[in-house]
Order: sequence, then C-alpha cells, then structure tokens
Amino acid sequence: MAGNSDLDVAYVARLARITLTEDEAKTFQKQLDDVLKYVEKLRQLDVTGIDAVAHALPVFNVFREDAPRDWFTAEQALSNAPRKANGLFVVPKVVE
Amino acid sequence: MIGNELTALNIADLQSLLRSREVSSREVINALRERIEAVDGDIGAYLSLDIEAAMKEAEHANVDLPLGGVPIAIKDVINVMDQPCTCASRILNGYRAPYDATVIQKLRAAGAIPFGKTNLDEFAMGSSTENSAAKSTRNPWDLSRVPGGSSGGSAAAVAADEAFGALGSDTGGSIRQPAALCGVVGLKPTYGRVSRFGLVAFASSLDQIGPITKTVRDAALIMNAIAGHDPLDSTSLDELVPDYVAGLGKDLRGARLGVPKEYMIEGIDPQVRAAIDAVVKQLNSLGAEIIEVSLPSTEYAVAAYYIIATAEASANLARFDGVRYGYRAENPKDVLDLYGRTREEGFGPEVKRRIILGTYVLSSGYYDAYYLRAQKVRELIRRDFASAFEKVDALISPTSPVTAFKLGERVTDPLQMYLADIFTIAANLAGICGISIPCGFAELNGHRLPIGLQLLGKPLDEAGILQIASGYEQSTEWHKARPPILSRLPKH
Repeated sequence: MAGNSDLDVAYVARLARITLTEDEAKTFQKQLDDVLKYVEKLRQLDVTGIDAVAHALPVFNVFREDAPRDWFTAEQALSNAPRKANGLFVVPKVVE
Repeated sequence: MIGNELTALNIADLQSLLRSREVSSREVINALRERIEAVDGDIGAYLSLDIEAAMKEAEHANVDLPLGGVPIAIKDVINVMDQPCTCASRILNGYRAPYDATVIQKLRAAGAIPFGKTNLDEFAMGSSTENSAAKSTRNPWDLSRVPGGSSGGSAAAVAADEAFGALGSDTGGSIRQPAALCGVVGLKPTYGRVSRFGLVAFASSLDQIGPITKTVRDAALIMNAIAGHDPLDSTSLDELVPDYVAGLGKDLRGARLGVPKEYMIEGIDPQVRAAIDAVVKQLNSLGAEIIEVSLPSTEYAVAAYYIIATAEASANLARFDGVRYGYRAENPKDVLDLYGRTREEGFGPEVKRRIILGTYVLSSGYYDAYYLRAQKVRELIRRDFASAFEKVDALISPTSPVTAFKLGERVTDPLQMYLADIFTIAANLAGICGISIPCGFAELNGHRLPIGLQLLGKPLDEAGILQIASGYEQSTEWHKARPPILSRLPKH
C-alpha cells in the first residue's frame, strides 16, 4: 500500500519490528509521504566533492586504558528485566 | 521568608541564604514541595518526585560547595540512581535507573540535589511536550498553551518556580525552544562539552545536555558543574573547562554580532520580529557592532536534520525490545511477536513515525539518496557557520519563529511541528553552542507570551555567549517578569 513516495510503511515497520494496525499504517503513510516530499529539497543542493560528516566536531582514535573497573553485577543488570530466571533473561523459544 | 518568596529565588540568591544559614537545604526542599503541591496540578511539569530521598540528601548538604544544597530538576531522559527514567514512554514503565548519569554524578559532587524528574515529549521527540505518554505540560504564562519541547517539563518547572534550575537535553532545540516559550534561560553546549553518559540516546551525534535556569548566571553555575571530559563518553571533548561565572559582567563594547539574513524569513510572528529588532537596537546601544551575515544552506537544515536524527533514532531505539528492561507484551507466541507487539504497545505515534522514517532512509537503495546526502549537507551547514564566525563573535536570531501555541494546534501535522525548530536545528547539525534568553513579550488575547533571543557561538565558546547574554540580560528587566501562575499561594 505504498503512497506517493517509494516508502512502503507496512513493509518498513516490519523491518523495524513494530507491529502496526492498518489505520496506523495508513496515517503514517500519508504523514511520512509529506515529510519525504519536503526532504526532496536536499536534491537541489550540489554536494559534489563534499565529505559526509557523522559528527560536527570529529574526534578520532579515542583510546582508554584496557583496565578492569567495577560495573554492574549480574543482579543489577537483571534488576529491570521483565522476565528472568537463574540469573538470565527469559525470551520465547527461538530455536526449535 | 515564606515559601513563595523562597521558591521565587534564583540559584545564586538561594545560595547566599543557604551559606548565611538563613535557610536550610531541608527548608528549601519543603518550600519546593509546597509550591509543587499548589501549582503542578495545573502545570504538570513533573513525572516523578522523591521528596524523601531529596530530604535525606539535604540533611547532609554541604552548602559551601559550588551548588551546595541546591535542588535541580532533571529531565526524565537522564538516569538518576534508583529513580524512574521513563523518557515519558510506556516502554520504560517500571524501569528504575541502576546508575547515575555522569552529569548527575557531577551535580552531586558540586553539592546539588537531583530533585524530581520532569516531563518531555516521548524520547525527546517533539517541540511541545504533547508527545508525552504520561500527560501534557502547560505553559505557566497561559495554561491553554504548550510549554514548548521537548524539555517542556524542565522549562515550565523553572518558569513556575517549581524548580530553581533544571537539566534538559537538546537534539534540535529541545532546551532553547521551551526556554524561549516559557520565558527562561536555556543553554545548549557545544557537542562534546558535556558528557552524554547516562542520557538515554535519541540522536547520538546531535544530543547534548544543558541547563535551564532563571538567569544567565545560574546557567553558568550549572555549566561549571557539568562540563568536561568523561572517559565513559568517547565523543566528549578533552578540553579545559573555563570558569563560566568568572567571565560574566564584561560590557559588550566591541562585541561583533551577526544577524543571519536567511533567518529573517516570512512566517516569523510580527511581534517576535519586533522584539528582535528592539534587541538589535539595545545591543547596539550597549556598544556591540551588528553585522549582517549569510548562512546560505539554512533552508536545508530541517530536511537534513529529520533524516539524520531519525536514522540515528531508529538504531538507538532498537534496544527497546521487551527483553532487558521496561515494558514487555503479554504472551508472545515467538520472539518476533515479542518485539513487534512490545514496540507497538510501548511506543507512541511520533516515536513510531520516526523509527520508520529512520529505518527507511538507512535502507539499501535509499541510503545514498537520503542519509549520505544529508550528511554532506550537514558539512555545508557547518562550513556556513565557520565562515560566519570569521567575521563575528556570535550570531543572533529569534529562538522560535512563534510564541507558545495552543495545545492540540499542531499535533496532527508533524511537518508543521518540525518547522517550529527552524532556528535551533542548524546549531545541533554544526555542533556549535547556543543559548536562549528572554527578550520581550507578545500580547495575545490578554495574555503575555514570552519571546526568546537566541545567541549562537563558536564551538566551545559557551563563555562568550554567556557573557553577551548576561550583558543583554542585565540591561533589561525581562528576566524579572513573572508568569501569572506565581500569584497562587501554597495550599495549607
């Protein structure tokens, strides 16, 4: 059910692991088509020879000492888990 | 001193009283509690409060430390040990932070007391705080209007004297815009100036934590406490931190200030434009030189931002999967059903929209056309600022093209909401620092609505924009104006 852009909201939502109702998919499709139409304006700019930047103030090769330090215990790491058992996170069966 | 007078103080004045032992930190916490009980039912600035924990810390407060005994409200996107950190999202229901963010450790080291978690747009995505899954926050100047966002709870709390100062986070204007709409001061530091460790990530290359306060001096005080290198954030800058307070009080003679001609667009509210014209005159009379400059890539900033920010958000928010923390859908039939329904039920519409857009612009076949191109445009925007800063010390503009809008007015049109950030977004893309300070009022239907002046500075020149902001602030009375909600007395 793609709209006025190449974006197929229902398909991309599956990639992003978000279940959507049909109504939601329809609303998002229209709204995101508008946003994508707006960002088309970036095509007007000539970016030949311009480097892509991931950070405005690039810092390279940030190293630290490879030394042990105190961090969460297993108990602390599990403290917010919605389901846990035997010191592990519990998930639905993945492998048959 | 009665409670209402106490909560009306700024941080610097509160500290004098604490240090002369005229009030105790416990009395301060108590006054805040009363103030919040009296007005927060109308404002809705706080998501959670732990008075008991704050009282315990107040007992041991060392008032001689730089922020000794001063409570600071924290946007609910920053981890405070043992407190909830909901990001105003259902997906973090029940989560309690098992650690302190670096900024919280630094505040504590400076003697401050983290006090209460404030409302925001879910995961800081929005410009009105209406995207909060918990509740809307109202503007203390007119309860039918939004406080701005995403740090709307922090800005409203400070404006309504429910906090002496607060921390916010700014990814595209989320500190500066609500500060402007609520008539308070908000500073977005240079990218890397303040550690992001413990800030729940929205767009990692744009996010910065900063202060929201009643005065410029208070913003400098908080910056002194939170700025600096952190080995736990590899993007934090290993540069010396100046004393931001010591630099205040210089006059503005000889300061060169640029007005970007591309910022004087149609769509600026006439009263906002008039206020900025008056600011220019005032700065001129204080001895500053006003120079027109050009930032030619300005009109592409919002488009580049919404590609880069959503791309990063789609990756960052992948961690919310119902396994390690937060909300989890009931009775999943398999692991994909667990992810899909947890995220369907846990995220609100704006967050879903942005994750979907971000996933799309990063996907094979579209990456070059959107994400890569946006990153190149980002470089053009950075160069615009770099060449403007060869001619001027700072740039001035409105913080927002409009004053506070009505609740519900823009929620159905995401694109219109995005365009509200037109003057603030470029600073995040370029990584530079910016501050919003009160510079006047618009009159609308018998309400006075605050207008914000934005000053943008060179990378790591927070000291420079704080000095200029302070010089302007001290020559006006705007920062002394109080919203009508303040006349309300605590209930007894």
